[in-house]
Amino acid sequence: MFQFIFRRLSLVIPTFIGITLLTFTLIRLIPGDPIEVMAGERGVSAERHAELSAQLGFDKPLYVQYFHYVTGVLQGDLGNSLITREPVMKEFLTLFPATIELAFCAAIFAIFIGLPAGILAAVKRGTVIDHSVMTFSLTGYSMPIFWWALLLMLVFSVNLGWTPVSGRIDVVYWIEDVTGFMLIDSLLSDEAGAFSSAVAHLILPSIVLGTIPMAVIARMTRSSMLEVLSEDYIRTARAKGIAPWRVIVIHALRNALIPVITVIGLQVGILLSGAILTETVFAWPGIGKWLIESIGRRDYPVVQGGILIVACIIIVVNLLVDITYGIVNPRIRHSR
Amino acid sequence: MKTGLAKLTLALMAAGAISTSAHAATTLVYCSEGSPEGFNPAFYTAGTTFDATSKNMFNRLVEFKLGTTETEPGLAESYDVSADGLEYTFHLRKGVKFHTSKDFTPTRDFNADDVIFTFDRQGNKENPYHTVSGGSYEYFTGMGMDTLIKEMVKVDDYTVKFILTKPEAPFIANLAMDFASIFSKEQADFYMKKGTPEKLDIDPVATGPFQKVQYQKDSLIRYTAFEDYWKGKAKIDRLVFSITPDASVRYAKLKAGECDVMPYPNPADLKQMEADPNINLMSQEGLNVGYLAFNTQKAPFTDVRVRQALSLATDKSAIIDAVFQGAGKDAKNPIPPTMWSYNNNVVDYPYDPVKAKKLLAEAGYPDGFSTNIWAMPVQRPYNPNARRMAEIMQEDWSKIGVKAEIVSYEWGEYLNRSKNGEHDTVLLGWTGDNGDPDNFLYVLLGCDAVGGANRAQWCNEEFNNLLLQAKQTSDKAERTKDYEEAQVVFKREAPWVTIAHSVVYEPIRKEVKGYKIDPLGGHYFYNVSK
Repeated sequence: MFQFIFRRLSLVIPTFIGITLLTFTLIRLIPGDPIEVMAGERGVSAERHAELSAQLGFDKPLYVQYFHYVTGVLQGDLGNSLITREPVMKEFLTLFPATIELAFCAAIFAIFIGLPAGILAAVKRGTVIDHSVMTFSLTGYSMPIFWWALLLMLVFSVNLGWTPVSGRIDVVYWIEDVTGFMLIDSLLSDEAGAFSSAVAHLILPSIVLGTIPMAVIARMTRSSMLEVLSEDYIRTARAKGIAPWRVIVIHALRNALIPVITVIGLQVGILLSGAILTETVFAWPGIGKWLIESIGRRDYPVVQGGILIVACIIIVVNLLVDITYGIVNPRIRHSR
Repeated sequence: MKTGLAKLTLALMAAGAISTSAHAATTLVYCSEGSPEGFNPAFYTAGTTFDATSKNMFNRLVEFKLGTTETEPGLAESYDVSADGLEYTFHLRKGVKFHTSKDFTPTRDFNADDVIFTFDRQGNKENPYHTVSGGSYEYFTGMGMDTLIKEMVKVDDYTVKFILTKPEAPFIANLAMDFASIFSKEQADFYMKKGTPEKLDIDPVATGPFQKVQYQKDSLIRYTAFEDYWKGKAKIDRLVFSITPDASVRYAKLKAGECDVMPYPNPADLKQMEADPNINLMSQEGLNVGYLAFNTQKAPFTDVRVRQALSLATDKSAIIDAVFQGAGKDAKNPIPPTMWSYNNNVVDYPYDPVKAKKLLAEAGYPDGFSTNIWAMPVQRPYNPNARRMAEIMQEDWSKIGVKAEIVSYEWGEYLNRSKNGEHDTVLLGWTGDNGDPDNFLYVLLGCDAVGGANRAQWCNEEFNNLLLQAKQTSDKAERTKDYEEAQVVFKREAPWVTIAHSVVYEPIRKEVKGYKIDPLGGHYFYNVSK
């Protein structure tokens, strides 16, 4: 087992170096000079341009800049944003709780709807239920997020007035920023109604963000369940007269879940790396929107640092999935 | 723990229904379009940042009179100008209080030290604060203040004298700009002593109508009305900026009553907004101009007849309809009509392809020629869709035999290359900074700006002399005469096709009273009530 983990971990280091090199070069390959972009129509004089370049270290050769960047990263310093002048790490830490909160709720929505729907479709294979679940999941999977979000918003927030339009909490509540998680901070605040307002603000974004993962989970669960249900040991279990629900939940589901867990893990990794469209529509202060805006502004340190952190999160989540998978399935652990 | 659990259960039960518990305080919610870059307006040039800082938190020596581009007394009650135009003496207001922040409580009122600190920090490289927080003062240097201010003298606690290197009439308008927002020297010293000078730029105390309470990046900014504001407390108690980047979502929030004022609506939504009984759609011509500049140093645009011909060949009304969707007004002068000295007697080139073809033939191009039109890759208030605009012009020009290729680059690249004059013709525009005509005419068309913001690379002696003359005097009537004449020269020489001034729309909820559109593009909430 340790050998397995070690083998996986040793792959992380080259991946990490690759990512730093890739983000560093890619953002510089996009045409556009951050100083010109900052100045806009107004423009800067050649002298001022040179002065700013020197101040930001852009006048040095690329390999020197890269070396500075990597040494900084190794010391935990990702640099400062060119625009806000705040440390990249600090900005990330302010925004990341919002992303986690939304990702967590979206994952819960996706799992709690997707899993039972997939099981139901498999058990009732070929029936109307199966077909409707599959149709819904295919629709969900191919839904343009932006359109879906605006549609839900218009129906539920503007026309029916059931949910708030956007943001994290009603502006009447002045919540102190303690943990960065609005659900927790609103509970700590002692303001009556703050928590329910925070929950209400999470409903639509979670549904929108959870729609695609839900569809993926439902389809995966269905196919995996179908495969397991046709195994000999299930027939044996049924022949022994075990109650049908027991066969499904205890015998079939446990085995069917293995690939589903992998899929869930991968989906959570994606959710945590920020949801650009959902965050933009619902004015959700997460890291997806932050990164996209920074690319537009050629804010090199934020793009480099932000992508690096996100990549690390995905690496860690994948590693955890691999390890869990290895624990559950000995065949993977032992294969070389 | 037990109460916590009970609370959680109760709250969960209540979830789903939005709670709008009635607080007695009046809160005004402004759905802003983005996060401010920071809280020191001197570092930045973006309107989003100014709305969140200078417009509502800070004051300046002179201020723009709300709804106009004229200046009025601010922290200076009055000022005198010496006869040679080189000395400006400001008499400061007494009894002006600064806000209080979490770390810092001011012990004294605003005085001359604060004024001197504010400008010395930006202009004097020796000032200990000059390099703090990256220290680049784009507007201060951009408006030439670094070379203009020779010296500042504290005459007494409430009198400051600025000595200039040359007479510069727009100086007063410059002082009303965001970068000139007054900081507290006492707070600066306090943070310097503590070894954390950068905190001054994160949590500054100011003298304006609202003080910042909380900022959550990309989410919201909360302000409370400043009780001791020298003009009297604002009519609303709390001001919240709810940061909402998408225009359709801002509109949805406005409809649902989640915000009271929103900027930058989608042109497609305007009709619906107008019909909504809960919404008051305000509009005003913006202080901007969208133009096409001919590179006057490159043939065939060195010939004025070619420039005039292409001006005649451009059907502006088609552009206004297709590109601005009605939210634009035909431009004939390089300055917008809301600006003083706008010359309404100037006659624009009408759409006349026949005359254009004749002029072109006279210039030696009876069969036209090949050229390019540079189209901006970004959306701007003065040009919501440059690509579309270029296509219409391409079509128009082809009717007189001019074959134009549309070229576009990434924004930074576009600005840089057009500055160097690599284009034949380029689409661009400008939004005014300080309401002074000099800020359009000299900045965009003066000889000094060739190789910079003067994309037409146009240096005309007659025009330039009029502008220089207008800079020398602070007599507004004389300046107006010079600028009016300059506009006539400009039209005759046609270095640009002046295309449009955009119309700014601001939908607000019906219950919001006293809101005024600022021609300079800011959003002020001091006079607003609900």
